[in-house]
Amino acid sequence: MEQLDKFRELMRRDRVFDFMMPDQMPAVDVSHEVLLYVEGLTVSFDGFKALNDLNLYIDDGELRCLIGANGAGKTTLMDVITGKTQPDSGMAYFGQTHNLLNKNESDIATLGIGRKFQKPTVFEQHTVFENLELSLRMSKAILASIFYRMSSEQSDRIADVLDIIGLSKQSNQLAGALSHGQKQWLEIGMLLVSDPRLLLVDEPVAGMTPQETEHTAELLTSLAGERTVVVVEHDMAFVRSIAKKVTVLHQGFVLAEGNMDEIQNNPDVIEVYLGESQ
Amino acid sequence: MAASFISSLLTTDTSRREGLLSSRGGNLFLIILFSVTVLASIGNQLFPPGSPLHVDTYTITLLGKYLSYALLAMAVDIVWGYCGILSLGHGAFFALGGYGMGMYLMRQIGDRGVYGDPVLPDFMVFLNWSELPWFWQGFDSFPFAMLMVLLIPGLLAFVFGWLAFRSRVTGVYLSIMTQALTYALMLAFFRNEMGFGGNNGLTDFKDILGYDLQNDNTRVSLFIITACVLGGVYLLSQFILSSKFGRVIEAVRDAENRVRFVGFKTENYKVWLFVYSAIIAAIAGALYVPQVGIINPGEFAPLNSIEVVVWVAVGGRGLLYGAVLGALLVNFAKTQFTGILPEAWLFALGALFVGVTIFLPRGIVGLLSSWKKSNGGNA
Repeated sequence: MEQLDKFRELMRRDRVFDFMMPDQMPAVDVSHEVLLYVEGLTVSFDGFKALNDLNLYIDDGELRCLIGANGAGKTTLMDVITGKTQPDSGMAYFGQTHNLLNKNESDIATLGIGRKFQKPTVFEQHTVFENLELSLRMSKAILASIFYRMSSEQSDRIADVLDIIGLSKQSNQLAGALSHGQKQWLEIGMLLVSDPRLLLVDEPVAGMTPQETEHTAELLTSLAGERTVVVVEHDMAFVRSIAKKVTVLHQGFVLAEGNMDEIQNNPDVIEVYLGESQ
Repeated sequence: MAASFISSLLTTDTSRREGLLSSRGGNLFLIILFSVTVLASIGNQLFPPGSPLHVDTYTITLLGKYLSYALLAMAVDIVWGYCGILSLGHGAFFALGGYGMGMYLMRQIGDRGVYGDPVLPDFMVFLNWSELPWFWQGFDSFPFAMLMVLLIPGLLAFVFGWLAFRSRVTGVYLSIMTQALTYALMLAFFRNEMGFGGNNGLTDFKDILGYDLQNDNTRVSLFIITACVLGGVYLLSQFILSSKFGRVIEAVRDAENRVRFVGFKTENYKVWLFVYSAIIAAIAGALYVPQVGIINPGEFAPLNSIEVVVWVAVGGRGLLYGAVLGALLVNFAKTQFTGILPEAWLFALGALFVGVTIFLPRGIVGLLSSWKKSNGGNA
């Protein structure tokens, strides 16, 4: 009987088959104004706890900075959120409804979580334009890719992003020929063009000149509001220039959270992190 | 040294970016293919033996054989040059396609075999089998046999690719698995109990679709068909690989993780491409068998698959006509070389592979394009 019901459901004439429905961005429920929930997350590699019962909540539209010494677990946290690493325990939710832990990288990217790697990772054998084209938000299915024709809205969108990241002139150049800073920007551009809800940006200003750093800071602050941005960065001057709220990680857990002044005056933080560098 | 040698095999420094060269080279390839096919056919059919313009049937068949090898090389280039999947087992798909065609040709022999059995092929009579095994049923029909030629290797590639790519097996490990695949198939097909003629394979074919295989006209037709299939597959693959799909595939080769984080299911792309490539290899095998007149388990030998990789490396991976060029050149050299000094051929082949990988990472086509560039390259 159950089979029969399923069959009847399939044959209903007032709706199209599920598999015929166009791909839509699954709605993200942020009715409690929190976009990302991370609770009790533990990841260990051969007994070493990279994350240790970590709790983190990111509000919708926020610009958050994550800081912490090497090995504090920043990159591991990003790996878990983007589906690259499976945690030993804990949970990670995107909005109220999307459990991130049972999804793979591409599903999570489709949900609207974009990631910039620590080491700039662009498609070096493709032109700057093609890098952005591949990152466009659209159907990622095989047949759709074979018969893909770019719409004028999409090429406008790419032109806009090229303008924002300042690479309009390099549009037809191979991405591999760009400078380090330009690659960083191209990767940020790839995130932008995919219209993500949440951007995870790992060390965006590493290897950039002061002017480039300033430009990046402007770019990231301008993004916050309509999108949520999480930045991992070592450069304290940079963090100070963009951050409203900072989270300090230490040995896999959250040591302190607050605005920059609070963080700098927090005795724990002074002891384990800022203290060492001063 | 060994490690860097292998890693240089797993990355492709593509010359795709010389866009003009690539489309020009492609057009040139199609023109040459077309002219050679037409001229050779005319030379065989219109000029009588003895005329200086006559092309003998042996040469025609040899060309047809080379072209089916070229098709196989193209299949390997599609997965290796474009997607970085170094398959050392494409000979398996080629041989399976060949066996599909061979089974059809065996059934066409009918009662003209040595034992004169109306249904059973000779080797089955010899093994005292009384009836046709179930998997031989239907192969007397040409459309069914051709369907199986596409379906069986395609299915094998799908299962293999699905398991391997979903488990994220890449690089050298994948290459070793493909070697194991073709080796296992070779051992299986060597067994008489498998029902594919054991180590003798399938041979003594008489006719195809009612046309005598020894007839000059049939041989010329097979050659022309092979050339047309090669051209058609080239155009189709060029279309697919120059679409956004092709750009995704090349991105997978260069930075697979990034492609995943952009939202593409790279496993699906790789499985799709692997199946497509396996089917091309199978078609090549099916075209090869009626022209050489035999298929045996030796075609599954791991060495054969490695040889294909050498052809592609010599020609220039990452460009479809590079693979064709490599296959033609190396096979021509092989025909000449094995005529003069058969023992030395394998050493020459090995030296060629090492030499090309170290000195010509982009093969002959890459050499030509950089030579063109350094000469002003007003393309």
